[in-house]
Amino acid sequence: MSNKEKLNFSTLFRWEGLLVILIIGTSIVNGRLSTHFWSYAGIMDALAVFLEKGFMVLSMVFVLIIGDIDISVASITALSSVVMALFFKTGLPMELAIFVALAVGAGCGFFNGMLISRIPNLSAIIVTLAGSSLYRGIAYILLGDQAVGGFPSWYSYLAWGYIGKTNIPFIMVAFLLGAILYGFILHRSTFGRKVYSIGNNLTAARFSGVPVAKIKQIIFTLNGLMAGVAAVFLTSKLGSSRPNIATGYELEVIAIAVLGGVSPSGGRGGIVGACLALILMRLLRYGMGLKNIPGQVMMVIIGIVLVCVVMIPNLLTFRKKPIKLSKTQE
Amino acid sequence: MNTNEKSKSLRMLIKIRGFREFGIIIFIIVISILIGIRNPRFLTWGNIHDMLLDTAILSILAVGMTLVLVTGGIDLSSESGLALTGMIAGMMIKDNPHLSPILMLLFGIVLGSILGAITGLIVSKGKVFPIIATLSMMYVYRGITFIISGGKWINAYEMPDSFKTMATGRLLGFSNLIAIAIVVYLVFYFFVNHTRTGREIYAVGSNFEAARIIGINTGFIIWLVYTLSGALYGLAGVMWVARYASAQNDTASGFVMTIVAACVLGGVSISGGVGTISGVLLGSIMIGIINNALPMIRVSPFWKMALQGLIILVAVLVNILISRNAEKAQLKQREARAMYHE
Repeated sequence: MSNKEKLNFSTLFRWEGLLVILIIGTSIVNGRLSTHFWSYAGIMDALAVFLEKGFMVLSMVFVLIIGDIDISVASITALSSVVMALFFKTGLPMELAIFVALAVGAGCGFFNGMLISRIPNLSAIIVTLAGSSLYRGIAYILLGDQAVGGFPSWYSYLAWGYIGKTNIPFIMVAFLLGAILYGFILHRSTFGRKVYSIGNNLTAARFSGVPVAKIKQIIFTLNGLMAGVAAVFLTSKLGSSRPNIATGYELEVIAIAVLGGVSPSGGRGGIVGACLALILMRLLRYGMGLKNIPGQVMMVIIGIVLVCVVMIPNLLTFRKKPIKLSKTQE
Repeated sequence: MNTNEKSKSLRMLIKIRGFREFGIIIFIIVISILIGIRNPRFLTWGNIHDMLLDTAILSILAVGMTLVLVTGGIDLSSESGLALTGMIAGMMIKDNPHLSPILMLLFGIVLGSILGAITGLIVSKGKVFPIIATLSMMYVYRGITFIISGGKWINAYEMPDSFKTMATGRLLGFSNLIAIAIVVYLVFYFFVNHTRTGREIYAVGSNFEAARIIGINTGFIIWLVYTLSGALYGLAGVMWVARYASAQNDTASGFVMTIVAACVLGGVSISGGVGTISGVLLGSIMIGIINNALPMIRVSPFWKMALQGLIILVAVLVNILISRNAEKAQLKQREARAMYHE
């Protein structure tokens, strides 16, 4: 047991070390491209722009670790944002409208989770694929091709504001709190251990008394909730809501989680790696932005990165050394 | 005794599947009559022909998707693969207007096969999950479409008449596109049901390990289905550009939902191993009817997306219920037989 744990730790460290090296390398390149990059405020702003996706990454890590996938998150974000905007337009105070957005996100996630966990043989792929059409479709039914804006001025503080007179963006503090919370749940709680056990061996987990259906339900609901959180911050950033916001986010969120060492086949990865990958992805995007690379091309690069990150370890078969169990273990 | 039992359960499965397809046909007839009552124009020959014309492209894409689904995978990249081949074909025909349309169709098939082969290699050799591989390639092909076109469209006036009349021309009273779809269906019906490779696709989908152990080259089969899917979306891409006389960057954006909906409506199982060519044809026709009927009964086009998601969910649930009932009935039969022997 201890032997295996040590092995896992060393591979994890290697992966996260690699991410740190890549982050440093990208930062140096970015520093060469722009003289404004190496300033405290510059780095803070560069990171803060991206963080609404980070909220989605946190819960996507859980979904991937149990060996499932959720491609409806981008659509849930769009629906939450649209419903929030519509409630605000009908006269609901913004504070309550934000809660509506969170409730819509959690509700969509709950619906996904209910179908996936209660009905045997129903895969998360098809449920969330149908969901991604359904939720964005509802957003289109509600709003058509219009946009709703005119939110109160304090609302933009969520995405653009700073804490007090410091240079620390509010969204960054919120994200860090979220990351610590999720890291604690995943790595320091029994719930987290159960999540890993499901990802490593579903049947074994079920037979050893892990309530698999309940945990899947909770994880998908959380994923919907975080899509709602992302909707609140994204709408604050954009200043208006439309049914087509957050298009393509599902690819990027999954790509970041996988880049962070979370295996899509389940059971491997953690929050730290995902956060490092988030920073790396943001710095890459920042650098590409400096070189005037259009968004479509960035999606090509992100897609290729995702495929390569999953594929390369599979192709390097020498990585798979048999794990020797020590005799003293018994 | 054993063979008798087997043939009986097999007969029952065929009955259930046949019943399912019969059910879809009844549903198609009923819904057509209902829509016809709301809007008499729906049941005119002109509209039915238009509807079939739209369904032709969808049904070809659905065949490719079915092959992938039968192996237990999914090909999300088909919509942007279609856009990319369509765009390249459009640019070629713009620069060389003398090229014959048949050559363009062949070119689409070859180009699509190459795109599909790349996806197939990633899935079969790179061992990347189909959902992750094809989700990535969906954005990669879409992005490449944007890059090579520079964000511009190819418009109708830039295309030669010979290319556009391919879509409007008729063969034996049907549009050429419908004729192409019929040929595709005949070829794939034969391929899936009467060739060794075709049956191996089902073997890989129903039990991967068993298929590998009895000597089926599973890697090749997986690669093949993505390549065939590519060939079909390449063909459909050229047909799409000819039909709508324009090649755009966002051609068929979101269309993969329609394709998957057609497949699951036609009884293709997402977990692999189950699906027939005739079922997919019926599923495509049904989606074609729904898409055509919505504007006719004055449903806002904004409803289309949500309805598609709902259709996929309901169809998948129905599929699961049907297969569970079939299994239960089989178990009961076996139980009765065991008791008889006691």
